[in-house]
Amino acid sequence: MGVEQPAELKTLGSGFVTTSLDKLVNWSRASSMWPLTFGLACCAIEMMATGAARFDLDRMGILFRASPRQADVLIIAGTVTKKMVPVIETVYEQMPEPRYVIAMGACASSGGIFDTYSTVQGVDEFLPVDVYIPGCPPRPEGLLYGLMKLQDKIRAERNTFGAAIGVGDVVQNRA
Amino acid sequence: MTDQAIVEKLKGKFSSEVLDVVEFRGETTVTVKKGQIVDICTFMRDEFGFNLLCDLCGVDYMGTSPRFMVVYNLYNITTKQRMRIKAPVEEQDAKIDTVSTVWGTANWHERECWDLLGIKFNNHPDLRRILMPADWEGHPLRKDYPLQGPDREPYKGRLS
Repeated sequence: MGVEQPAELKTLGSGFVTTSLDKLVNWSRASSMWPLTFGLACCAIEMMATGAARFDLDRMGILFRASPRQADVLIIAGTVTKKMVPVIETVYEQMPEPRYVIAMGACASSGGIFDTYSTVQGVDEFLPVDVYIPGCPPRPEGLLYGLMKLQDKIRAERNTFGAAIGVGDVVQNRA
Repeated sequence: MTDQAIVEKLKGKFSSEVLDVVEFRGETTVTVKKGQIVDICTFMRDEFGFNLLCDLCGVDYMGTSPRFMVVYNLYNITTKQRMRIKAPVEEQDAKIDTVSTVWGTANWHERECWDLLGIKFNNHPDLRRILMPADWEGHPLRKDYPLQGPDREPYKGRLS
């Protein structure tokens, strides 16, 4: 049909495809990153725009889920106050593994302009962050690029199948 | 009823309580002692129809004595008239009687004032913090509270 096969897929005649189980797991995870519907400030407006018709996250298999039980990605979109920390920690702990965190915008990454007593100076003080997206707020293209960077990171993971069946841990590689 | 007439009646009933009357751009501000603030507020509500407490807030005039001022912004919904009442509060005895019995809305405003400025309101039904976390120490809107919090180096200006 003229469709090029991805490099990691090898065909054994018609009707057969071989690949590694890690690749299969990584492909499914990277192709269906479901973020939690969770916005904190103006970055959430850009996140909503990214999810809406013009930028259309759905085409990448990224659907916002209203429950942390069904979410894979936590996008920290906005300023995090110290009073909000226990809420975010609870939400993060409610998400099933594997789970990823994106610090969207200057506030979530570093506190931004809010260098004050009430604001957390970067969400990495209490969460493991996978991708930092600069901007105040980042444009939807920025968030899309960050999500694609997270996809690259997920695709570069090794032993994901093994970790899923309880053999060893996931090995992180540079994307 | 004009602002002047209201002030005259207030002075007539609470002559020893009124400290100062200022009119600026059509806004009248009456400074009163804090002792009979509940009676004064009740009088303002019942006699002149100030049935809405628009806002109750505290002000920190650090360096002057008394240090704090509690400000009551009153509004008469029927006549659309406004009036402002202020009551000074000392730092050593940062307490004033609650007016949540006069206007129910004062309840949360006084909690905010306590939370951020540390002014206590006597007889308040539920004087808890409202904005800051419950275990927070200090009152952040005080002028001597470090902007970046007590556990961090204070900001020393832009580098260069």
